[in-house]
Amino acid sequence: MTSFHEFIHMGGFAFYVWTSYAIFALIFAWNVFQPLFHQRRVRERLARRSRGMPR
Amino acid sequence: MKRVQRGEVAIPTSITRRLWAFFHRLASPRYFYELAGKLVPWLGWGTVLLLAAGLYGGLWFAPADYQQGDAYRIIFIHVPAAWMSLFVYVLMAGAGFIGLVWRIKIADVVAKTCAPIGASFAFLTLCTGSLWGKPMWGTYWVWDARLTSELILLFLYLGYIALESAIEDRRTAARASSVLALVGVVNIPIIHYSVDWWHTLHQGPTVFKLGGPSISLDMLVPLLLMTLAFKLFFFTMLLVRARTEVLEREANSAWVRETVTSQ
Repeated sequence: MTSFHEFIHMGGFAFYVWTSYAIFALIFAWNVFQPLFHQRRVRERLARRSRGMPR
Repeated sequence: MKRVQRGEVAIPTSITRRLWAFFHRLASPRYFYELAGKLVPWLGWGTVLLLAAGLYGGLWFAPADYQQGDAYRIIFIHVPAAWMSLFVYVLMAGAGFIGLVWRIKIADVVAKTCAPIGASFAFLTLCTGSLWGKPMWGTYWVWDARLTSELILLFLYLGYIALESAIEDRRTAARASSVLALVGVVNIPIIHYSVDWWHTLHQGPTVFKLGGPSISLDMLVPLLLMTLAFKLFFFTMLLVRARTEVLEREANSAWVRETVTSQ
């Protein structure tokens, strides 16, 4: 790669290359955020329970 | 003949003894939770660095392929995702086997948490393969051996997740899903050798083959960096998920109550 235009254009395969990388980014993001949110929910639920409050 | 002193064979060397002690401690949920908590940031930052280097190398630095132009750049996510989808499955079945035979709780936890990550790697492999197939083969999908067996791998992961979550009792759920995972292992060599055993559109092995990899170093290095990044990413998220699972399973023990109420 020598220029930004060339980088975006991907030799005419921009659609295939960038869609692949977009799916990759989405799947990685899901794999990061889903477990973190889940962990927070679980901790909150367990904390409520151990404080003796109704679920 | 050399005379064997009494007890000479039975005493393990100190390194094996320490290794065994480590595995015994690792099987304790609390120790696992704490060790995993310490490892996650290191693995996470390692993943970020490797991904940055791999993406720079693959998308910018590496030259275009003489046959495929820039379309080949999909390789830097397609191949690591495909390798990981197999690796995670074998790990899941192995952990399931350990849980089945030795009834180690942590092994059940690892097997269960492998499944969603492995499924997402299999899904990514199929999506990127499809997007690579269109410009190269002229079609998004063909029912050939490599593609079909990889699709079956995704279904095995989904079946595992469905079975595991359908059974209320944790021990029974772990047993049933581990058996499913072990039966599914038969698919792994089929995927791996499908390009040799059947006539297929999918290209044959490029990296692991006799006579060394037939790929230029400028392309091989980013590919290996991305593979390592995927591997670290997997272990990071495996530990994060496993920690949550340990908290849920050990909810009634004192240390968990202490941990969840302290923050």
